[in-house]
Amino acid sequence: MSMFRWALTRLARLVAALLISSFVIFSAASLAPGSPLAALSNGRTLPPEQQEQLRVRFHLDDPFLLRYVKWLWNAVQGDFGVSIASRDDVSRLISGRIWITGQLVLYASILILVIGIGLGLLAGLRRGAADSSVLVATALFAAVPAFVAATLLTILFVTELGWFPALGEGKGFVGRIEHLTLPAISLAMASIAIVARVTRAAVREEFGREHVQTAESRGIPRRQLVRRHVVRNAAVPITTVSGLTVASLFALSAIVERAFSINGLGSYLVRAAGTKDIAVVQGISMVIVVAFVVVNLLVDVCYLVLDPRIRTAGDRR
Amino acid sequence: MSALLEIDDLVVRLPVGGALRPVLRGIDLRLDAGEALGLVGESGSGKSMTARAIDRLLPRGAETSGSIRFDGDEVTTLRGADLRRFRREVSMVFQDPRSHINPVRRIGDFMTEAVIAHGTMSRREATALAIELLGAVRITNPTERLHRFPHELSGGMLQRVMIASALMGSPRLLLADEPTTALDVTTQAEVMAILDELRRERGLAMIFITHDLELAAAVCDRTAVMYAGQIVEINTSRHIEHDPLHPYTSALLRSRPRIDVTMTRLEAIPGQPLSSFEAPDGACAFAGRCPHAADACVTAAPPLVDVDGGATRCSRVDELRGTLHGVDT
Repeated sequence: MSMFRWALTRLARLVAALLISSFVIFSAASLAPGSPLAALSNGRTLPPEQQEQLRVRFHLDDPFLLRYVKWLWNAVQGDFGVSIASRDDVSRLISGRIWITGQLVLYASILILVIGIGLGLLAGLRRGAADSSVLVATALFAAVPAFVAATLLTILFVTELGWFPALGEGKGFVGRIEHLTLPAISLAMASIAIVARVTRAAVREEFGREHVQTAESRGIPRRQLVRRHVVRNAAVPITTVSGLTVASLFALSAIVERAFSINGLGSYLVRAAGTKDIAVVQGISMVIVVAFVVVNLLVDVCYLVLDPRIRTAGDRR
Repeated sequence: MSALLEIDDLVVRLPVGGALRPVLRGIDLRLDAGEALGLVGESGSGKSMTARAIDRLLPRGAETSGSIRFDGDEVTTLRGADLRRFRREVSMVFQDPRSHINPVRRIGDFMTEAVIAHGTMSRREATALAIELLGAVRITNPTERLHRFPHELSGGMLQRVMIASALMGSPRLLLADEPTTALDVTTQAEVMAILDELRRERGLAMIFITHDLELAAAVCDRTAVMYAGQIVEINTSRHIEHDPLHPYTSALLRSRPRIDVTMTRLEAIPGQPLSSFEAPDGACAFAGRCPHAADACVTAAPPLVDVDGGATRCSRVDELRGTLHGVDT
């Protein structure tokens, strides 16, 4: 019963988060300076009749709230309207690009989880040289913005060494991996640093806990102590930060996709924003928000597995 | 019978603010098999640190000198598997069970983990023993409790789980570090009774750490009183309670509230307790708070001298003997 209620509250929160963000996205896009008419006419001044036609076709004269409700109603059914620039369905334009962005984010997430948590554990469990090296490396990673990382990686691995292709998405599994490796690294670097730092701190903190001392006093071998009492208990904060950084990758991917000319959602979002293609901006923004919310839901499910105290807290509520 | 535990001139220094400061300043103790010794003192007197030194649980950077022998073997130099084997013989019961039991693992895991890791028992044997011991500490539905998480049990119940789990590996020495301090008063008595009973049944030696001198005296054969990282008096509990030889012991006994006498205010010991690293070198550490302090007390640090079957660390022991008040009988 409690699990059912837990799921229900989570679902309600999810819907609320989506509603609020959809409103923010819709109004921000509508309030942005510049008229969508200018985009529709490519900057030319149209005769009034034609302007009127466009206004009616794109519902530009409806009151704001009505437009929002209409948009939301259609969006729920998967219809984000028509792109002003290409006159194509926004949903179709999005679904054509979502896969590549999804792959890029997945690749980067794997790098973040494996390398970030790995480095964090290494630094947390070993003192001395290993710890200091990780600290220096993560400080460096965190300080380099994704677009600088992209540039540096391109210079080093594409221009100088020629190990990876420079631009595009690649064909087939191997081609994809080849093409996405440098973008994924650029996208992951800062997050790797954050996850590593938080993991290190969490491991250190758990090591100082009194229950770890109890286990030690019982003569539990160190490996088991680390696995069952330190890392196991540090898993909750590690999950939190991993979830947050991974969820934010969808938005961050824009920069990297631009740098490596990948035709994904992010680069398309930037392009659409530049041409005032409002329907596209709104559509992609919503997709990013949904991805963010879904990742957070997954994190919540992880908590449920990792921390029994949360399970009973649900009972009492 | 040879001693189970022998401590000689144990000195422990901890890094505080960059420098090593002494927290234990020469502890000598002897504990026979099956004997219970109370270790009493104010916060910071070094009683917990003594237990930690025995079980080798000192904080990082601690420096130890002197010797601790368990069953004749030196434990201060044990490492790796030898240290783990020694720790099976010594079980610790901590003050706050809530923070000393892993909150995300089940009670059953907590109890059986060590014996399974040591390879002395199969999971099934360990579970059966855990159920038996939970029954022994008077926990109802023991089988069902094994599947519970710590936060689902009350503090008193959790401390009984801690005691039961301390007995899992059939240890020979129990280090009980204020096992009832974190519990409320009614639970305290019950937990204490269970601990005492199980210890006697199993012939376990125990070092019982508390700030409650009368409780220590009630439960233990002998009691040692600590002050500023040293033992200031040690004797049979009866002797300590009724015929204290050290002014500090006497002051501790007199600062207890009494039921039979109405007092306008409690007799507190004047002044603040001293950390062991604040203790003066060439003087008695208690001299500043002692109502009997004389010139001799601040010119030389008194040694622990044998008196009346016990020992005390007081320069004026011969003059004060028999004049100090204990608990009236």
